Amino acid sequence: MSTDAPDRYERIAESPEFAGLRRSLRRFVFPMTIAFFSWYALYVILSAYARDFMGTILFGNINVALVFGLLQFVTTFLIAWLYARYADRKLDPVAEDLNTRIQAGEFDADPQPEEVKA
Amino acid sequence: MSARTLTIVLFVVFVLFTLAITIWASRQTKTATDFYAGGRSFSGFSNGMAIGGDYMSAASFLGIAGIIALSGYDGFLYSIGFLVAWLVALLLVAELLRNSGKYTMADVLAFRMRQTPVRVAASISTIVVSIFYLLAQMVGAGALVALLLGIKPGAHFLGMDADTAKIATIIFIGILMIVYVTVGGMKGTTYVQIVKAFLLMVGAAVMTILVLAAFKFDLSGLLGEAAAKSGKGAAFLEPGLRYGKEVAGDATQTFYNKMDLLSLGIALVLGTAGLPHILIRFYTVPNSKAARKSVLWAIGIIGTFYLMTLALGFGAAALVGGEAITAQDKGGNTAAPQLAQVLGEKFLGGANGGAAMLAIIAAVAFATILAVVAGLTLASSSSLAHDIYASVIRKGQVSEGSEVRVARISAFAIGAVAIVLAIFAQSLNVAFLVALAFAVAASGNLPAILYSLFWKRFTTAGATAAIYGGLITAVVLVFFSPVVSGSPTAMFPNSDWQWFPLSNPGIISIPVGFLCGWLGTIMSREPADPQKYAELEVRSLTGVGAH
Repeated sequence: MSTDAPDRYERIAESPEFAGLRRSLRRFVFPMTIAFFSWYALYVILSAYARDFMGTILFGNINVALVFGLLQFVTTFLIAWLYARYADRKLDPVAEDLNTRIQAGEFDADPQPEEVKA
Repeated sequence: MSARTLTIVLFVVFVLFTLAITIWASRQTKTATDFYAGGRSFSGFSNGMAIGGDYMSAASFLGIAGIIALSGYDGFLYSIGFLVAWLVALLLVAELLRNSGKYTMADVLAFRMRQTPVRVAASISTIVVSIFYLLAQMVGAGALVALLLGIKPGAHFLGMDADTAKIATIIFIGILMIVYVTVGGMKGTTYVQIVKAFLLMVGAAVMTILVLAAFKFDLSGLLGEAAAKSGKGAAFLEPGLRYGKEVAGDATQTFYNKMDLLSLGIALVLGTAGLPHILIRFYTVPNSKAARKSVLWAIGIIGTFYLMTLALGFGAAALVGGEAITAQDKGGNTAAPQLAQVLGEKFLGGANGGAAMLAIIAAVAFATILAVVAGLTLASSSSLAHDIYASVIRKGQVSEGSEVRVARISAFAIGAVAIVLAIFAQSLNVAFLVALAFAVAASGNLPAILYSLFWKRFTTAGATAAIYGGLITAVVLVFFSPVVSGSPTAMFPNSDWQWFPLSNPGIISIPVGFLCGWLGTIMSREPADPQKYAELEVRSLTGVGAH
């Protein structure tokens, strides 16, 4: 980044394209964080306070606690996969497009082509 | 060949092999970016493996297997917390950090703040977390060597008794980690971690398959045998033998025990994304997309490993038995190697097969420890050189060459301090030190990182308040906890200055970290710089201007 106008980034940050990218990111990661954290907290709280339930035998020696624990693995893998897919489809193309346009000087106030690539 | 000789031979082969890689890597380490970030040239998969190598420490391999073997289901809580924690890193931290930082955690925290106060705070926090973690690994190595080399109290090895051999091991491991870091930098360290992750995964997979084969691939049968042999029956397969114990007739103690379980659970899940040696791994890949890929690989690798801890832990309970394990090591840290020996005897034929398996797994355990301590040393010496020396002392007026020279000297200093502390800390409990490192990372680092990335109004005063508030609260509460004094299992069992009832401070200190960051911000005189926040946001989301 060479001699940027000081308000260059603010101009980008306020642009509708960037606001859309920010919204897309936050719309996925914030609810998903609340979801996996609550699901994990439920597991820890049940381990502390609902031991009879956790000890319920499902079959053989397999009880609810073990299945609940394994489900945490399943949801972790699942959320990671969902995020990878979401980022691939909804975030990367927008981010790459914005990146190219910023590098090309599209958001510079003063359109002199003296932008030196970082 | 005896098991002891075989262990030594295999470990020496690992050391020579990784040293050769390190020297090869040093030839390609010319710039500061090479030294701090491995030239940002690693692929997502390679870095995912290296993250696994950095993350799966002695606590994961030996500690979790030991806790499951002795206390049953409760050990599985660690596996789950350590894995789910990666979602915080994946969704909220990894990519944004990769795009906006350069070499250290402080790069992101100080991005839109006054450099000096924030870098000093972040550097102190980095070093405190890393030293606690480092001590745990080195103390673990010292404790292991006596057991793995078969030196019992009174016996001698190369003329050394058990205590001398432990100290010799700590010094030896310490010197090796200094060599890896000073010679190979991030590149050499990364290769060491990749090789270690591969060995650990293969070792754990072979043991898991053998355990399952011993029970004809009947998981329920394995659990039944483990529960029966533990003498605790079905309770062995349920939560509650170790954490959140219900004390009959003492409602207060029962409440504290439950709170302690919740506190541990929170510290585990929020600690990972605040561990400096994990965060700097995201700088070793070319862009944020590769950072995401590396976390995805890491989740796959680490998740698979933690699933296998079930077979290792319950396998040790069923095939070795709690009595035989506690006879060897009270903390259960030798459950996995002991299981390897039993499996070798069963499947590879007699005592020789057992000795061979024990030797292989012992060498893997040493490799595990070595790779983790190298990563931790690198994180702290990078922070000393880049944050304190180059940014605070020299105000950025410093050549790359002398910055890297200071980083190498810092690695010597950190290594030397860790060696000395580890020798004095030998009596400390390994799992306690790791859990403390997680709690301190979650309290001191995570709130500041999240506020920096997502809260526009966050200020310099807020950042320093978040770091110092969380860090000091966590350390002080541990100091006054039953882990340090006032209980029979404490570090100082004969003294009593304990008043904080929980052994893990997370449930208090993590919210305090967030609260301090918020209070520091709303009370600060200087407002946040909206231009710098816009720059951080644009750069972190689009990758413009990323190093």
